[in-house]
Amino acid sequence: MAVRDEPLRRGFPIEPRVGAGLAALAAIAVLIGGAFAGMIGEAARDWSGAVSAFDGYMMRVARFTLWQAALSTLLSVVPALFVARALARHPRFFGRAAILRLFGVPLALPALVAALGVLALYGRAGYFAEPLGWLHGGRWPGIYGLSGILVAHVFFNLPLATRLFLHALETIPADQWRLAAQLGMNGRATFRLLEWPVLRASLSGVAALVFMLCITSFTIVLLLGGGPRATTLEVAIYQALRFDFDPARAIALIGLQLALVTAAIFLITRLGADAAADRGLPVAPARPALAGPLERVLNAVLILAALAFVAGPMAAIVTAGLEADLARLAADPAVHAATATSLVLAVLAAILSVSLAYAMVSARGVLAQAGRRGRPSLLERAMGEWAAFVLVIPPIVIGAGWFVLLRQTGQLFALAPVMVVTVNAVMAVPFAIRAIRPAHDAAAARHDRLAASLGMSGMSRWRLVDWPVLRRPLLTALAFAMALSLGDLGVIALFGSDAVQTLPYLLLQRMGAYRTADAAGLALFLGILCLLLMSLADTRPTARR
Amino acid sequence: MRAVSLFTSTALALAIALPAAAQDILTIYTYDSFTSDWGPGPVIEAAFEAECGCEVNFVAVADGVALLNRLRLEGQNTQADIVLGLDTNLVVEAKDTGLFVPHDISLDNVDVPGGWEDDIFVPYDYGYFAFVYDTEAVETPPASLRELVEGGPEPAIVIQDPRTSTPGLGLMLWVKHVYGDEAEAAWAQLSERVVTVTPGWSESYGLFTSGEVPMVLSYTTSPAYHIIAEETERYQAAAFEEGHYMQIELAGITTRGQENPLARQFMEFMTGPGFQDAIPETNWMYPAGATSEPLNPAFDRMVAPSQPLLFTPEEVAENRRAWVDEWLSVMSR
Repeated sequence: MAVRDEPLRRGFPIEPRVGAGLAALAAIAVLIGGAFAGMIGEAARDWSGAVSAFDGYMMRVARFTLWQAALSTLLSVVPALFVARALARHPRFFGRAAILRLFGVPLALPALVAALGVLALYGRAGYFAEPLGWLHGGRWPGIYGLSGILVAHVFFNLPLATRLFLHALETIPADQWRLAAQLGMNGRATFRLLEWPVLRASLSGVAALVFMLCITSFTIVLLLGGGPRATTLEVAIYQALRFDFDPARAIALIGLQLALVTAAIFLITRLGADAAADRGLPVAPARPALAGPLERVLNAVLILAALAFVAGPMAAIVTAGLEADLARLAADPAVHAATATSLVLAVLAAILSVSLAYAMVSARGVLAQAGRRGRPSLLERAMGEWAAFVLVIPPIVIGAGWFVLLRQTGQLFALAPVMVVTVNAVMAVPFAIRAIRPAHDAAAARHDRLAASLGMSGMSRWRLVDWPVLRRPLLTALAFAMALSLGDLGVIALFGSDAVQTLPYLLLQRMGAYRTADAAGLALFLGILCLLLMSLADTRPTARR
Repeated sequence: MRAVSLFTSTALALAIALPAAAQDILTIYTYDSFTSDWGPGPVIEAAFEAECGCEVNFVAVADGVALLNRLRLEGQNTQADIVLGLDTNLVVEAKDTGLFVPHDISLDNVDVPGGWEDDIFVPYDYGYFAFVYDTEAVETPPASLRELVEGGPEPAIVIQDPRTSTPGLGLMLWVKHVYGDEAEAAWAQLSERVVTVTPGWSESYGLFTSGEVPMVLSYTTSPAYHIIAEETERYQAAAFEEGHYMQIELAGITTRGQENPLARQFMEFMTGPGFQDAIPETNWMYPAGATSEPLNPAFDRMVAPSQPLLFTPEEVAENRRAWVDEWLSVMSR
């Protein structure tokens, strides 16, 4: 038995935090690798589909996929930088906490619901159809096409990016703000010297995340794109697997998708830079407001504009939901069962996801400290940016691959919930990493030396040093992961869907059986559930501040 | 609900391990709207269980295509005795798996327009594709497919992608049936009316009932749902002169089911009133056999197609890829 950590270290020559990160990385690799092994085994029977995948049509699809994703990313991330900055500068802005919670809701909405919400405003028969038709000069044709895709993607990703940037901004120590105020710095100077460095550090990660989400967009692109001229590779992959069952073609298309994303992410990471975090300990309690009157008005306009954009479709979803027979839905045992299933699966997935993310963030931190000069090592990158690549693997592919591997076991029914939890957890890891990393890295830079000099490590360090700082980001990550996990079910398309009946599943099922009003009611319910989750994550610690 | 299905699936796994009990269970793979609370599954399960003194286990996947893929993946290891929910367009591919055996039952009770003969698959319901319109937005709907194609951009329609949706594939075949070699030009004209092409029926129908589009590709029997369940006559199907393309839904016995006497018993039950009674007002399709009572009068007011249109499964299997590519090249211009 190991006494202290000396003998352990000898047997296991890796720092425990790095070891945990490696284990997390290995778990993800097994999930993805296993799926590919299954797919390749199935594809090996007939590779012809892989060759025929690359025709002129697919090249056009690839081009459109990249183009819409690049534009969506630009339109989501750039405004989010300014909205986050405005929110950071006005910690007492009226309704700020509520706005931030609302910004967490789109994550949990099924794409179909969000698309219908967007169309309720800007569609052919939307609330704004008349003024838009007047501007258009004639009957408003709806926002189908690239513009519709962009509006829906910004609806999903602007709030996400804003929240992530805000987390980064909140890592700026209060002392720096005080110093800036004492030096009489104006808005531009504080932006350049204080805010931009932290924003820039998270810019590439957030942009990469949004880009990947947009590249793999499916329902929104089909529904709002106005026809098959607007389509993505993800649609082609889904079709290859789900309808043609041509694993070779699916693998070839995923290869293409991965190659394109890799190239794009390579470019995006040039945008960012890892800022050297400040090592001073924060002593000042809260930072003073710095904004002048003009800036205050501008910031308020900015925040309200973003709020209107995000809240508009949500208001449409609420309006539609209120027309449903909510009392009957609330008493429906199927709804109760689906809610319970959703919550249990989401909690499990979120805990797993945040554990994986934390292990990787922490290991990456240790590795980055060790090799501070020089370029980041391969492993460090794997635990940083590369983890996000899981988003580019369609869940249906993971589901199909594992189905093939496990079909001999005859236990597929029991495995369906396990698959849902694992895949949702892994898909949420990139979000959790984004939520945790800024606070973690800033805290590590500030506390590592002090903790080392005090001889603090293990649980006591975690309890006294890390937990107070990481509490909020960890809870946010947990809420994000839960919200995300309330949504997707693509992974069990082949496993037998009645084994795992979640709320979004019930919603789509009712929609597929003429019960549109029920579906609208369930969408409202899902939104409320997500809002509650975001509120729980936002509860401030009661003492110790 | 879920706890129950997990429980029953565990029970099923146990039962398979105990050979004595195995023959008392019938496993049916189907699509999930069949087994949902308001679908035909629960009624039919109760009716058959009362008759056979056995236990019916439904395993549901998303739709007919997923059903076939699930079967392909499982191969000879499949747990299914019966697969219920494929349609005529999937018949050739399903037979190619070699996982289905002749049903050996009499088809005398089966009644579908155009007749049915097949030694492997048995129909359990059928329907016709149609454009359903909102009477509050459309005064005179097109009276023929030609009028729809050639009549300009209004009233606008929403349709489904033939690559991902059964009705979408149905419309593509419908246009092909009516226009033949000129289908490409017809699609070019029709595309003026198409607001958007959705991946599945649900999205289209959602856009339609939310008022976004006045007309949607669906079934002739869709208005019956609105009349019976919602008591509104607002949504009606447009009758087309050329006739309406058909969809026939089928079930078949697997190689595993060959060993299970309940499988044949169920197939016979399926063609009788115990099964057929449930179809009209749960699956919103026409029964493919006699029911014990006449259908709800609302069904008499549905569009009765002048002519059922249907390609043979072989024609579809042979041409589908080429026809979809043709559709794609026009619609993605």
